[in-house]
Amino acid sequence: MYGNDFGAPEEAPGGGLLGEVEAAEAALREAAARQRRGGPAPDDDLAAYFAGVVEADQKIEPRDWMPEAYRKTLIRQIAQHAHSEIIGMQPEGNWISRAPSLKRKAILLAKVQDEAGHGLYLYAAAETLGVSRDELVDLLLSGRQKYSSIFNYPTLTWADVGAIGWLVDGAAIVNQVPLCRCSYGPYARAMIRVCKEESFHQRQGYEILHTLSHGTPEQKAMAQDAVDRWWYPSLAMFGPPDGESTHSAQSMAWKIKRFSNDELRQRFVDMCVQQAEVLGLTIPDEGLRWNEERQAYDYTQPDYDELMRVISGDGPCNRQRMEHRRRAHADGAWVREAAAAYAAKRAEKKETVAA
Amino acid sequence: MNGPFEFALRLGDDALIAAQRLAEWTTRAPEMEEDVALANIALDQLGAARLLLTYAGELEGAGRDEDALAYLRGDREFRNCLLVELPNGDFAVTMAKLLVLSAYQLPLYTALAGCADERLAAIGAKARKESAYHLDHSSLWVKRLGDGTEESHRRMQAAVDQVWPYVAELFAPDPAAPIDPATLRPEFDATVADVLAEATLTPPETSWAPAGGRDGVHTEHLSYLLAEMQVLHRAHPGAAW
Repeated sequence: MYGNDFGAPEEAPGGGLLGEVEAAEAALREAAARQRRGGPAPDDDLAAYFAGVVEADQKIEPRDWMPEAYRKTLIRQIAQHAHSEIIGMQPEGNWISRAPSLKRKAILLAKVQDEAGHGLYLYAAAETLGVSRDELVDLLLSGRQKYSSIFNYPTLTWADVGAIGWLVDGAAIVNQVPLCRCSYGPYARAMIRVCKEESFHQRQGYEILHTLSHGTPEQKAMAQDAVDRWWYPSLAMFGPPDGESTHSAQSMAWKIKRFSNDELRQRFVDMCVQQAEVLGLTIPDEGLRWNEERQAYDYTQPDYDELMRVISGDGPCNRQRMEHRRRAHADGAWVREAAAAYAAKRAEKKETVAA
Repeated sequence: MNGPFEFALRLGDDALIAAQRLAEWTTRAPEMEEDVALANIALDQLGAARLLLTYAGELEGAGRDEDALAYLRGDREFRNCLLVELPNGDFAVTMAKLLVLSAYQLPLYTALAGCADERLAAIGAKARKESAYHLDHSSLWVKRLGDGTEESHRRMQAAVDQVWPYVAELFAPDPAAPIDPATLRPEFDATVADVLAEATLTPPETSWAPAGGRDGVHTEHLSYLLAEMQVLHRAHPGAAW
């Protein structure tokens, strides 16, 4: 079973969601064990075979036939996820040099390094669909593919590093845990690994905020200010409301997506309320209250017009993030060329020796 | 030199400032794989720095922990070599710096692993494995860039020329130290000579040998590096993080 085993919100985040990831991993192994042998017979209807695999909650693998639109949807989604990991290194990387203790510096550096690793891992998953990483990077740099809009907001204080961990990574995990059961095998497996690491990141962010909110008055104010600024952009991470979401229905049918944007957003809000109480920080929403009938919190929706503005390029940091990425790529061109030239020379030498 | 305290401080400051510089590359590396690798090396240096500074603080006995030593000293109190505080420059300069640093740290930590001071020996035993990787990584890049394209060869040679004068300071004799750096020079020379030869680079000849880092007389760069590193910590005296 999936989807109804989200436990009650916990004091320290990560635990319940990690349990979900492990359940998904077990289900993945089970699915692999009962995988049909040998794929479709020569005279099988390929589309029917594909539908059957999805229907049976088994995994589509790179060698399998798949509808072109399914392939395209996955490439877009996995690539945007990979781009988000790479661009997402910037706002947090912004505080590595100024981290306030050596321990925090080490934790933050390791976290940003993990994100680079996630990016690489996801690009590799996308490559199983017949597209190269270089092509995808070009699509990012030329602005034809997007990354998560949340990274177009600035990290103004150290507490933002905590708020990103708690809220942004928290929202990402809520979004990604169901993807551990995605119908496309390589993506599901990538998400299992990514989610495990993300839950550590979320815990670390939560700890940063906890320390700040229990520190000096200035530190507590810094933490509250960060939560005030990151709360609504984090809610917007789940995308437009269900009625306006363009990709949702088909992705649900293909079991790429398992829950609607609004369902996931609600799950995130419910998870955060109690954690905020333990943190001693206030979620900046006067409309936030428990709804006995729905057994969930009522909350104020984020400003979707703002989300659309940021997606279309007019967020506070869109230009800065893209320029940074383009510059790093351009500045590294001579290094990549040198590595290729050196490898070619070595291969030539080897051939000469072999001949 | 004031015994093991000063010695641990020197090594710890080398590692800390190297980590700070290497971490500046994060999100800026020429390849995503290199972002991971440079962050990894920065983390190793930072890890060694924390162990060494913590131990230095204990040896001093004045109640200073790793953060007090890292965040609350001015540049005249830092004891790192000048090499590590030099700006990153392009990727070739960074790799030249890392080659020199790791070819120095590897024999140093290896010797330390066998020294009489148990704490320093344990730190050396851990750090030498990391240094071996740093040396491997930087050597490979120096060879790739030296023997890559015309442009990369030119940049790599310029980087080596720029960095080489700072080598002498690393091996200034100090017979009273737990490990006398001068004794490590032959191994360093042999290591880098092989790498430069394979990289088709010319070993630089230099008579200029800037020094002073071990006495707290640094380049102009260190004060800026510390200003950035220490700004938040110093803005909240006594706060816990």
